[in-house]
Amino acid sequence: MIAIVDYRAGNLTSVRLALEALGVEARVTGSAALIAEADRVIFPGVGAASEAMRNIRELNIESALRSAITSGKPFLGICLGTQIIFEFSEEDGGTPCLGIIPGRVPRFQPTDWRDKVPQIGWNNVALRRQHPLFDGIKDNSEFYFVHSYYPAPSDATYIVGETEYAGTRFAAAVGKGNLFATQFHPERSGRVGLKLLENFTRWDGTC
Amino acid sequence: MLTKRIIPCLDVRNKVVTKGVKFQNNIDLGDPVEMAVAYSDGGCDELVFYDITASAERRPIDIEMVREVARAVRIPFAVGGGIETIEDMRRVLLAGAEKVSVNSLAVRNPQIIADGAKAFGNQCIVLGMDPVKVDDDPRFPSGYEITTRGFRERTGMDALEWAKRAVDLGAGEIVVNSVDADGTRNGYELTLTHMIAISVGVPVVASGGAGTPQHLIDVFQQAEADAAIIASMIHTGEYTIAAIKNDLVKAGVPTRMTW
Repeated sequence: MIAIVDYRAGNLTSVRLALEALGVEARVTGSAALIAEADRVIFPGVGAASEAMRNIRELNIESALRSAITSGKPFLGICLGTQIIFEFSEEDGGTPCLGIIPGRVPRFQPTDWRDKVPQIGWNNVALRRQHPLFDGIKDNSEFYFVHSYYPAPSDATYIVGETEYAGTRFAAAVGKGNLFATQFHPERSGRVGLKLLENFTRWDGTC
Repeated sequence: MLTKRIIPCLDVRNKVVTKGVKFQNNIDLGDPVEMAVAYSDGGCDELVFYDITASAERRPIDIEMVREVARAVRIPFAVGGGIETIEDMRRVLLAGAEKVSVNSLAVRNPQIIADGAKAFGNQCIVLGMDPVKVDDDPRFPSGYEITTRGFRERTGMDALEWAKRAVDLGAGEIVVNSVDADGTRNGYELTLTHMIAISVGVPVVASGGAGTPQHLIDVFQQAEADAAIIASMIHTGEYTIAAIKNDLVKAGVPTRMTW
């Protein structure tokens, strides 16, 4: 069973429906016990970092999330879920986050008025290294993004794929052992996105 | 590079997609879910559904249709029409829509933009507007007035001022749907789209008037739109999305070409 972590951070319907389309059993849950029981964990989310962190503490699932990652089971962060895996987000005047991957989450600072914030739409992801979750996905495939902040890992070895926006080249996909996390929304990214999710459902957590 | 989005618009009435000119003489085109799948498979980047009669008839949005679309397509889509409350927004988003579009409601009650953005995030709240060109009138510095309720009512509001105010309130995207251009297939309203695109920090979507791929090239290159809504030109079968996108690429418009 795949646990889709519900920490009151936005709409999980599209993630659930994408897994349903793949014929994979998934449960939307905010329960530490179910996160521990799951074979795989998806940590999605949209919204603000500070409220997300507050909800994680209120639901008392922080240690379940950490154990899931240290246990070696495949773990997929998406969008806000990815951002709060880092140490610190600049959102809401600065928000300390989970610190599982070293680095920060700054806001886009466009110098050209054409670069709107949030970035909304399809942008290409340039692969920096091979990863099992990108099996069968062409380099520079386009994925769907909706975000104003972006992951900036302090160690470039965690970067799997990069995307350019608003004069910045940022980490669109990061990987650390059994943890894989994307700034884009695979569940909204058509066929390539579904392929990435399918790869996740078959991944053994090694790379 | 971020690509320009092509967004087919499906006006739905009684579970059937329809299209007319300036909201008149609508003809039935097909099943909304089947059309959504066909356009998604055909390479569109996003979809928008307007429950066009919901607002006029004061009945709620067709949630079951939203659910069916969400089950059938893996690309983002927005839903507008018939949304009256935060609770309506919640139902539409939980049914699987990526965003909700408010138009007449926001004119009556601008606070709904702020409340929606606070509850669901700015990126979920789209302001749709139906501006009409007006002759020299000091009340409308931009030269365009906002209309509502399917173009039936004038509001006395200036289009550019309204766009800026909506973004200040929390709208994450603005759809500029020109009353004058709608359904004419003579090209988008470039002047106002450009005026708004350079004045607000959020993406601007052009709507109304698309008849040829050149119209899209113009609205992207001259009016700086971030996305363009199309309807008749693909509903009639005259163009495919792939054909439109091929022309965009030739003209140098950043376009998503694999799907």
